[in-house]
Amino acid sequence: MDEKFDAIVVGAGPSGNAAAYTLAKAGLKVLQIERGEYPGSKNVQGAILYSKALEEIIPDFRDDAPLERHVIEQQMWVLDDESYVGSTYRSAEFNKEPYNRYTIVRAQFDKWFSKRVQDAGALLVCETTVTNLIMDGQRVIGVQTDREGGSVYADVVILADGVNSLLAKKAGFHAELEPKDVALAVKEIHFMPEETIQSRFNIAEGEGVVIEMAGKITQGMMGTGFLYTNKDSLTIGVGCMLSDFKQQKITPYLLLEQMKAHPAIKPLIEGGEMKEYTAHLIPEGGYKAMPKLYGDGWMIVGDSGMFVNAVHREGSNLAMTTGRYAAETIIDLKEKKLPMSARNLALYQGRLEDSFVMKDLKKYKNMPEIFHKNNQFFTTYPELVNRAAHTMLTVDGVDKKTKEREIRKSFKQRRSLFGLMGDAFKMWRAFE
Amino acid sequence: MIPVKVEEKLFQNRYRVDSGRPHINIKNPATCQSECKTQECTICCPAGCYTAEGNGQVVLITDGCLECGTCRIICTTYRNVDWEYPRGGYGILFKFG
Ligand SMILES: Cc1cc2nc3c(=O)[nH]c(=O)nc-3n(C[C@H](O)[C@H](O)[C@H](O)COP(=O)(O)OP(=O)(O)OC[C@H]3O[C@@H](n4cnc5c(N)ncnc54)[C@H](O)[C@@H]3O)c2cc1C
Ligand code: SF4
Ligand code: SF4
Repeated sequence: MDEKFDAIVVGAGPSGNAAAYTLAKAGLKVLQIERGEYPGSKNVQGAILYSKALEEIIPDFRDDAPLERHVIEQQMWVLDDESYVGSTYRSAEFNKEPYNRYTIVRAQFDKWFSKRVQDAGALLVCETTVTNLIMDGQRVIGVQTDREGGSVYADVVILADGVNSLLAKKAGFHAELEPKDVALAVKEIHFMPEETIQSRFNIAEGEGVVIEMAGKITQGMMGTGFLYTNKDSLTIGVGCMLSDFKQQKITPYLLLEQMKAHPAIKPLIEGGEMKEYTAHLIPEGGYKAMPKLYGDGWMIVGDSGMFVNAVHREGSNLAMTTGRYAAETIIDLKEKKLPMSARNLALYQGRLEDSFVMKDLKKYKNMPEIFHKNNQFFTTYPELVNRAAHTMLTVDGVDKKTKEREIRKSFKQRRSLFGLMGDAFKMWRAFE
Repeated sequence: MIPVKVEEKLFQNRYRVDSGRPHINIKNPATCQSECKTQECTICCPAGCYTAEGNGQVVLITDGCLECGTCRIICTTYRNVDWEYPRGGYGILFKFG
C-alpha cells in the first residue's frame, strides 16, 4: 500500500466514523483503519445515543440504524446499603417522534455506521493496528501498521483511536493519562424476554428506561452506576475514577457484583442470562485535562481528545461532533488548496470553541476537582438522604416537625452547616 | 463481599488469543517483586490478569485481557508496564460491547 490518501482516519468508533463519512461524502479519498475484527468489536458504551449529533451527519439514521428502545423515562437513584431515594422523570414529550435519545448496543451500532461510511466511499481496512505515526520532522505524513509493507501516507491523519490514545502519546503530542482523569467502567449485558423488561419497567414495546445511580454502590469512590433497558436485554454497570480504585484498592468486578446484589437492583435483573462482561475507560478529566488537539498533519477527535462531559454522561455525541468538525475543517482547506499545517488546522479549534462542545466543557471545568476533593457527595450524603427519607416515611407516632429537626441535626452532625453551604455553593458554581 | 470468580464472567466473552505474543509485558519483574509495595495491578485489573504470588512476585497472563488500559495508567510510580494493542484482529472481540 504505497498509495497516498487525502486523509487517514485511525479508528472506526463514532468519532472516526463521523469523520470518515463526512470526508468521503465530500469526495475526498479516505482510508480508515480499525484494529478490531469488525467496527465495534473493541468498543464499549452504556449505551445512550443522543439523536442530535447523529442527525446532523445522517439525517435519516432512524430508517435502518439498530436502535434498541427510545428513552421515555430517566431515573436517578441515590442508594444506601439497603434502600434508595429516587427521582423519576417521564415525559410524553419523550414519546413523540422523532425521538430524542435511544439505547443502543455498540457492536451492532458501529457496524451499521461503518456500512454507511463505506457506502459513502471511504476505504475501510479492519484487523489492522496502527503502530506508529510516520513523521517528517514535526509533520505527520502517514501511519505505520502491523501489516506487511504496512506504511500508508496522507495529507492529514485523524486520530480517532479512543481513550488510551497511544499514537499521540508515542509521537510525544501528549503525556500519559493520569488516574484522576479517567474512570474505569465495568458492565454486563443480561438477556431476558422483551415482555419481562416491559412489565418490570412499566413500559410498552419500543419504550425504554434509563436509571443512573450514585451512593453506596461505589463504596466511597467518585463514580456512578447505571442500568439501561435494551430491546431484549439490560446493561448494568458501574464506573469510578481510576485514582479512587487505586487508592482504595477495590476490585472492579467485585464492586459490580455487590451492586447487582443490592435489594433494589437484584429483582430488576433477576433471571437474566449474562452474555458478556466488558471493561473500558472513560476520559473524565474535562476541559483542564484536554491535550493539544491538532498539529502539522494531525488532528485528535473523540475520546482521545478527552471529549466527554461526565456530568451529563455525554461522550459518543461529542465524538461524532468533533469527528465531523475535523472533517469539515479538512474539506474547507482542501477547497482552498491550503496545506494541512498546524496553522491552518487551528480552524478546527475555532470551530470547537464556537460550538456547544467547548462551551459545555468549559462550563463544567471545575467539576472533576470539586468531586475529587469532596467525597461526601458519594459517601455521607447518600446515607443521610436515605436516612432522612426513612425517618419521614416511617409511621411511628413521632410528629413530622420533630423528625425534620432530627434530620437537620443529623446532616449537621456529619457535616458542619458551613460545609453544607459550601457544598451547595460549589455545586451551584459548577452548574451555573 | 460477594465471592465471584472473574473467570466465570470472562468465559462468556469471545477472544482470539495471539498465542505466544502477549501484547502487555512487565518491563522489570524484579521491580514488582522487591520494590512495588502496593501492586495495584493485582487488585484493579478488571479481568484479573495480574496475580500476586506469595513471594511478592507478580504474574501476568493476558489471555482474558479486556484491553482497557488500567494497568498501564495505574502503575504511576514505576511505569513498569509495557502496553500495546494486540495485533490487528486479535484479542477481545466484543459481541455486544
Ligand atoms: C461504560 C460506558 C458507558 C458509556 N455511556 C455513554 C452513553 O450512554 N452515552 C454516550 O454518549 N457516551 C457514553 N460513553 C462514552 C462513549 O462510549 C465514548 O465517548 C465514545 O465511544 C468515543 O468514541 P471514539 O470514536 O472517540 O472512541 P472509541 O469508540 O473508543 O473508538 C476508537 C476506535 O479506534 C480503534 N483503534 C484504537 N487504536 C487503534 C490503532 N492503533 N489502530 C487501529 N485502530 C485503533 C478501536 O478499536 C476503536 O474502534 C460511555 C462509555 C463507557 C465506557
Ligand atoms: S503496579 Fe506496576 S510495579 Fe507494581 S506490581 Fe503492578 S506492574 Fe509491577
Ligand atoms: S488492559 Fe485492562 S484488562 Fe488488560 S491486563 Fe491491563 S488492566 Fe487488565
